[in-house]
Amino acid sequence: MDEMDEIVHEFLVESYENLDQLDQDLVALESDPSSRTLLSSIFRTVHTIKGTSGFLGFGNLERVSHVGESLLSELRDGKRDMDQPTADVLLALVDTLRAILARVESGAGDDLDVEPMVEQIVAVQEGRAVEGAGPRAASPDSDEATGDAAAPVDEDPAEAVDAVSAADAVATAEVPAEPVPAPEPVPAPAPEAAAPPAVPAPTTGPRAEETETHQRNAAEGSIRVDVDLLDTLMRQVGELVLVRNQIDRIAGEGEDQDTKRSAQRLSLIASELQEGVMKTRMQPIEHLWSKMPRVVRDLAKMLGRDVRIEMVGGDTELDRSLLEAVKDPLTHLVRNAVDHGIEAPEVRVAAGKRAQGLVTLRAYHSNGQVVVEITDDGAGIDPEKVGRTAVSKGLRTAADVAAMTPPELLDLLFLPGFSTAAKVTNVSGRGVGMDVVRTNIEAIGGSVDVESAVGTGTTWRMRIPLTLAIMPALTVTCCGSVYAIPQVSLLELVALGDQHGEIEHVGTAPVFRLRGTLLPLISLAEVLGLEQEAEGRVIAVVEADEQRFGVIVDRVLNMEEIVVKAIASRLKQIGMYSGATVLGDGGVALILDLQAIARRVLSAEAASLARAHVQEAADELTATEQTLVVGAGERRVAIPLSAVTRLERIRAETIERVGAREVLQYRGALLPLVRLDQLLGASSGLPADELDVVVYTRGGRSIAMAVTEIVDIVEDDARRHSDIDDHGLLGSTVLKDRVTELLDVRSAVQAADPGFFDDVEAGDLSELDGVEDLHDPLAGSGLTLAGAR
Amino acid sequence: MTTQLVTFTLDDRLCGIPVDRVQEVLPGGTRTRVPLAPDDVAGLVNLRGQVVLSVDLRRRLGMPARDEDQMMVVVFVGDETVSLLVDQIGDVLEVDAEQFEAPPQTLTDELQAVILGAYKLPQRLLLALDVDAAAS
Repeated sequence: MDEMDEIVHEFLVESYENLDQLDQDLVALESDPSSRTLLSSIFRTVHTIKGTSGFLGFGNLERVSHVGESLLSELRDGKRDMDQPTADVLLALVDTLRAILARVESGAGDDLDVEPMVEQIVAVQEGRAVEGAGPRAASPDSDEATGDAAAPVDEDPAEAVDAVSAADAVATAEVPAEPVPAPEPVPAPAPEAAAPPAVPAPTTGPRAEETETHQRNAAEGSIRVDVDLLDTLMRQVGELVLVRNQIDRIAGEGEDQDTKRSAQRLSLIASELQEGVMKTRMQPIEHLWSKMPRVVRDLAKMLGRDVRIEMVGGDTELDRSLLEAVKDPLTHLVRNAVDHGIEAPEVRVAAGKRAQGLVTLRAYHSNGQVVVEITDDGAGIDPEKVGRTAVSKGLRTAADVAAMTPPELLDLLFLPGFSTAAKVTNVSGRGVGMDVVRTNIEAIGGSVDVESAVGTGTTWRMRIPLTLAIMPALTVTCCGSVYAIPQVSLLELVALGDQHGEIEHVGTAPVFRLRGTLLPLISLAEVLGLEQEAEGRVIAVVEADEQRFGVIVDRVLNMEEIVVKAIASRLKQIGMYSGATVLGDGGVALILDLQAIARRVLSAEAASLARAHVQEAADELTATEQTLVVGAGERRVAIPLSAVTRLERIRAETIERVGAREVLQYRGALLPLVRLDQLLGASSGLPADELDVVVYTRGGRSIAMAVTEIVDIVEDDARRHSDIDDHGLLGSTVLKDRVTELLDVRSAVQAADPGFFDDVEAGDLSELDGVEDLHDPLAGSGLTLAGAR
Repeated sequence: MTTQLVTFTLDDRLCGIPVDRVQEVLPGGTRTRVPLAPDDVAGLVNLRGQVVLSVDLRRRLGMPARDEDQMMVVVFVGDETVSLLVDQIGDVLEVDAEQFEAPPQTLTDELQAVILGAYKLPQRLLLALDVDAAAS
């Protein structure tokens, strides 16, 4: 019902505006009867009202406008000339329409007697003279007079309130359908309008009362404002805020309490004003969404899918200009969800889902941004498949892809020229799309990412700033000047210092080791060609233009909301700055255009970075080593592969006991056995019939380590080790997304055979190096074991 | 036909721009430098919340920059507002079109680009500056 009310409301606003236009057009038409433009415009207006009223079920409104339309069509088609009676009757028609609209607005429907009006029009059409038409036209005020009489709501409320006592209002309730007389004056001559208080006042009393309590006239409740004017207001408010900041500072320094109080009030009012002006530019995202059900429906029908759309948070508001910018990306994502997300009904049923797919649009505020999510409960996206596609399309190398985490793989979807659709449809999947979506969203300072679970669905998430004019940014200093880095590009900050590592160089390119990966660095001072007085103590890690890099700055000042000001095109051409902003102290700071900087600087350094990559790979070799990941109870333990001689599966009954120790007959010898789960104090599972053992051999002696399961062999990057450790362990690391403990092989071996190393060290000198190697690094940083050297 | 010109000096040169192009005249305040910008860009200034490009006219005319305090003549250039840095502000002078003469061919290129011509005042010459050329 609410929705209906809204449609009616919009219809009213629109129609009132149209009728005002119609009045003007008709009057203009009288002086220029042959103007086809005017006639077409009038015809269109009446036609629109007819169409909509028919749709909304306002039969009378439709009927009267229909008759008017046919008269107008004769005029338009040149079958009839614009003459006095025609003009009169058309103006009367406008008044009648207005009267009906007023009734509709007051909630009384359109049950107005339109027969007189219809009769009048038909009479004019048939060339009969109508009594009353002539005299009204004679008076130049006739329009207004009729207007007053026909729609007293417009002008009388004030008078009416005076005239009608409160007691009368009680009577109103019983006569809501009564005030029909109002339109009657239409065919009546002007004299009545000359003495309005006589008759209309009593009848309009209740009506006026009604409207007053009801609401303002729909058209009067809203006005159209030029967006430029709002922009100007916005700018002026921005200036006001800056002045306020200055006053605040001055007041804060002084002692005068009155000044302080006034400053506080000013501050409050300025904030409210700023908020208010910003609100004037806001529109609910519903405006965009309203088109989506149709998009989904049509597309689903075409593709033979059954899809329902749900929308949550449609009242979330966005700056008008942003709304416009989001339109295409949103449409694309919704189409994509239906096309690639939702499966065909039979596939869904086979997968145990409802045949009807669901696409959910959700909008909400988060961290000063508007988040718009497009979620489908479809097949989801397989990251591995995305990776393979990226490789087959030559967008990434197999090695690149192998090193990527699932979210990184999904991110490949945004690469230009990517499409996972098995078959290219005419709907989406032409390889243009996601990259364009991302470009568009980033152009307005937003971001877009994707999350997906195979089998359950996909969520595309757009983060959009509330407004283009204000955005969160990090202010930093470099060589004495302040610069702003938009928060959207910022990933993290790293302070350079003893415990965080230093800048290293690969060839000439500066790099920084950030959690094991090499981060290319650019020095802001260098990029901006500033003389090297820079201290360069902080790295702002940013991501722009699909590249992650570090920007070396002197100091970080603050994270603040900045008001973005355009800069002269001359300065934009430099390609380093996207704008400027005024800081709290009145100074001006340039906003860095990281996209442009990335393109310019990083591509220039591409050659040296390529070299860096080779070097990095070489570094990687020494820093990583292969480890065998095994289960010990429910824990995961990594054993350096160099310490593994053989993996065996043995039957539990082959384990025997020698004193307190367990031994294993293995290739004709007795192997001391240690159960890792017991050694590490992990809870052991149920005794199994078969056991996996890791055989470790040195200098002719071997031991066996029983493990719960053999998991995998993976690359371990020593730089990622943490030194959280426990008995029998050297530390821990993360392998394949799971915390894995690093086995202290030496202590494990000694647990099985306390004399193991004595013999080796005494007996076999050739193995000594290996053992030293085994021993030494274990005590040191971590796990660089013999085999890696 | 007479025109009113706001006059100012750059060293010993007297220059003028039409009064209707001038928004205001202010003492030169703090400027934010713009690295990598052309030489004649003196920086950005905060003009009541508006960020305005400041052009060093001395540089624009191929003269050495001056460290002393300068004045800003804020002018309209299309939709933008630009501030021109000058040495000293003079009077608003009324000049007659009859006094005007096109610049001599011997003028340096830098001057040629921004000077429309000269008004022959009784005591000295007043150079008429092309605001659009000077500011862009």
